Amino acid sequence: MKKLNNILPDDDGGGRRIIGLSLGACAMFFLLLSRLWYLQVISAEDLIDQSENNRLRFVPVAAPRGAILDRNGKVLVSNTPSFSVAVIPQDVKNKEQLIDNLAHYLNLDRTEIETKWNKGQGRAKYYPLVVASGITRDQMEFLEENRLALSGVNIEMKPIRAYTNGSLASHLLGYLGEVSEDELNSERYREYNAGDYIGKSGIERAWESYLHGTDGGRQIEVDARGRFLRTVAETGSSVGNTVMLTIDLDLQKAAEQALGDQAGAAVAMDVNTGEILAFVSSPDFDPAHFTGRMPPEVWKKYLEDERHPLENKALKGMYPPGSTFKIITAIAGLEEGLIDEHTTIQCTGSYKFGNATFRCWDHKGHGSVDLKKSLRESCDVYYYKLAERLGVDRIAKYAKRFGLGAPLGIGLENEKAGVIPTQEWKLKRFGKKWYSGETLPVGIGQGYVLTTPVQLASMISTVANEGTILRPHLVKRVVDSDGKVLQDFAPQVLGKTGLKPATYRFVKEGLLAVINEAHGTGGASRLWEVKVAGKTGSSQVVKLRDSKGNIPYRFRDHALFVAFAPFEKPEIAVAVIVEHGEHGGSAAGPVSGKILRAYFEGKGVIKKPVPKSVPKEEEGGEGVAEPDTTGAAQQ
Amino acid sequence: MFDRRLFTNFDWTLLGVVLLITAFGVINIYSASSSYRDIGTPYYLKQLYWIVAGLGLCLTVCSLDYHMLEDFAYWLYGGVLVLLVLVLVAGKTTMGATRWISLGFFNMQPSEPMKIVIIMTFARFFSRYPVFKGLTLRELVQPLLLLGIPAVLIMKQPDLGTAILVSLIAGTMLLFVGVRFSALGTIFAAAVPTVVIAWQFLLHDYQKKRIYNFLNPDLDPLGSGYHIIQSKIAVGSGATFGKGFMQGTQSQLRFLPEQHTDFAFSVFAEEWGFLGCLLMLTLYLFLILWGLGIAKRCNDRFGSLLAVGVTAMLFWHIVINMGMVIGLMPVVGVPLPFFSYGGTSMVTSMVGVGILLNISMRRFMF
Repeated sequence: MKKLNNILPDDDGGGRRIIGLSLGACAMFFLLLSRLWYLQVISAEDLIDQSENNRLRFVPVAAPRGAILDRNGKVLVSNTPSFSVAVIPQDVKNKEQLIDNLAHYLNLDRTEIETKWNKGQGRAKYYPLVVASGITRDQMEFLEENRLALSGVNIEMKPIRAYTNGSLASHLLGYLGEVSEDELNSERYREYNAGDYIGKSGIERAWESYLHGTDGGRQIEVDARGRFLRTVAETGSSVGNTVMLTIDLDLQKAAEQALGDQAGAAVAMDVNTGEILAFVSSPDFDPAHFTGRMPPEVWKKYLEDERHPLENKALKGMYPPGSTFKIITAIAGLEEGLIDEHTTIQCTGSYKFGNATFRCWDHKGHGSVDLKKSLRESCDVYYYKLAERLGVDRIAKYAKRFGLGAPLGIGLENEKAGVIPTQEWKLKRFGKKWYSGETLPVGIGQGYVLTTPVQLASMISTVANEGTILRPHLVKRVVDSDGKVLQDFAPQVLGKTGLKPATYRFVKEGLLAVINEAHGTGGASRLWEVKVAGKTGSSQVVKLRDSKGNIPYRFRDHALFVAFAPFEKPEIAVAVIVEHGEHGGSAAGPVSGKILRAYFEGKGVIKKPVPKSVPKEEEGGEGVAEPDTTGAAQQ
Repeated sequence: MFDRRLFTNFDWTLLGVVLLITAFGVINIYSASSSYRDIGTPYYLKQLYWIVAGLGLCLTVCSLDYHMLEDFAYWLYGGVLVLLVLVLVAGKTTMGATRWISLGFFNMQPSEPMKIVIIMTFARFFSRYPVFKGLTLRELVQPLLLLGIPAVLIMKQPDLGTAILVSLIAGTMLLFVGVRFSALGTIFAAAVPTVVIAWQFLLHDYQKKRIYNFLNPDLDPLGSGYHIIQSKIAVGSGATFGKGFMQGTQSQLRFLPEQHTDFAFSVFAEEWGFLGCLLMLTLYLFLILWGLGIAKRCNDRFGSLLAVGVTAMLFWHIVINMGMVIGLMPVVGVPLPFFSYGGTSMVTSMVGVGILLNISMRRFMF
């Protein structure tokens, strides 16, 4: 040992004190033992009785869910009371008979009640288990009158969702549903109980933890048959937080009306903040159907509709961007120095590459085409030639700089990434090398290219603000029930494209011409009061040898349109897709026009009763590249 | 370097008793958590992992000569004190209390090591300090400051349970060193106004509520009062022979709160009855008396003080936890050493046992 401790003179006292401490410890343990003796031997009988007839019950009081508001505080979703039936397994004398009675009184299927009952196994037996929800007031009163025959049954009042605006923004808001068994077993819903309602899609799901609130409860004493005697204590439930969206209710309505009963999607976004002002997927559904019991025929209708009403097309729909992608190809060409604003090519209506022929949508040809004309009239040949010189990887480089090919993180679940093909991507995905003939369709947004409507809105917004990619987002702030702001979402810059200012100037002039000059493909969406710039597109669903005549709905091309306005000082960007709408200019363009009109009417820039003075431009429809021969290069 | 005498003198009895208690603990956790929804690794298995990790630490601690601790005691004290301040400045807040700090890869709760560090610090302080007929009031100033600073910091988090435990451990060590009756009397006289001030300014509302509830559980049968009532029903309904393993209705129907952690003993009492409790109490009392025996047999003062401190730490955990479960003490979150589920408690307790084993096997080295 390296050092000797000096042994101090009172070591004798140390030994004595150890004995003292030992005696103290023994005394304490004796005290514990006496108490155990008192509880387990002397009071045992009484406490055994209490444990067998444990008469304290816990009745949960569901917290009202937080409301969802639009950007101006207008209510999108709030609550209304609803009644549900719960059983307390411990108080039920005869399970089978009770299920029969309930099925009879509530006019429900026996197995339905039984399934819900069995789902709650493994939970405390004194804890109420919801077996039927959304019962009517009459049924509720009937059950109350027959309480004596229904021992162990509780009727609970809980707030449910009230959809003030019907099916408005249903994909965005999402619907509620009972928490499933799988969800109960996951970490995310560990605090939940069977019968709880949770957000199943949209904002309701993504913001569940904020909206849900804290459930309260009442401690009640019951008699031997499980009937309520008195409330022993109560803890209040606290309402969930209010989520204020960036959506503008009026613009959302206008956008939904503009799309009408056409299948598709529309996204409007603030160019300077990334706030999404309207978010439409069509056709929509009625979220109220999901709150109570869904009529089977409604469910069947939702599932069988070929236009997929339950799918959020704005977020998860992946479409070839078609000619709207020419913006990216043009930017790539300008930045790489392959073209300038004066470079011209000759369009004869088609372009031969190898032994394949790629057609321009205008079979007559555009003649001499420069950059502005190529955008205005959406000349395909110009972009075939440019794409050929750029190569697929250089196109991808610029597409990715604009945030395409990756989810943007808008704050909803299962956002799709889309596809921006590269040589490496194809090798990984298909194990085959890239053929140069595949690059040509990429130049006009066909081939492997896939984008979502949200991505297209973000892309055109980035063009409008000249290089700042803002995260498109849907939630403006979260406020608690006292009005205290919990979270405030400031604009978030995802990246900068870092392009030359001239590049934007040339492209934007082209986009302005699309809508405002003769021969422009987007004339149908012109506003006289505000300068709009944009780009039409249509994307091929299947390759058709003959594009004339009556094509079945599901084979028709998708119509796309992206736009921003005002041209001089952009505020709003819009992306519209009309599924199987065929021509961007005629199907998607007017939708975009109506959205922009509603936006500027809301701002007072355009006076509301507008005389119908928009003259009909020549229909700008552009076809799709389509090889005449089954060329080897096309693969 | 590693003396063979160390191995022959290894205290197998102490280790055996500890392992026996942990075995009962694992069996009990298995029953207590059987009604839980199964998510991930079951608790009893996780507890086994913690026992293995704890044993590893325990054997590491006892393989190094405990006299080294004397050199490091003050450094450790200073280090943990800095961490305690850091917790208050930049800690993570969960459930209204700030007890954790993030060290990047893992989170730590510095109030827990303080329990061991205060023992080392006091042992170091008094090992060189000549005491005649007990400490006078003046001599108490320094040690009370050494205790007071961390105790107040811990109470500020707020973690009343740990603050009380640290104070009780240090207080027991002071009693072992010896305090004059005159000093004790004065402290007692000063304690009354201190308690009043603490009640006014230091205690949080929820802590006050717990004390009220303890005095009268019917005040809040839904909150912590409810826990005491249900725990008493569980313990009492176990009667003499218990309801049998996995047969406790109070626990299987989930009337008990935190039944695998702080209230694990009430599950045990319900299922194994008075006889089972008698066995557990005997094991724990044996552990305590054995620890004090190690202190007595130790030839140097530092070792003696360390052994008394570690034994006091185990003792107070046991008494407070059991007292809470059977309704003798208010509900403070104190686990039962080696028995309740939980890694933090297991690690601290095992390090303590490592120190005891260390002192025990080196008793003939002088």
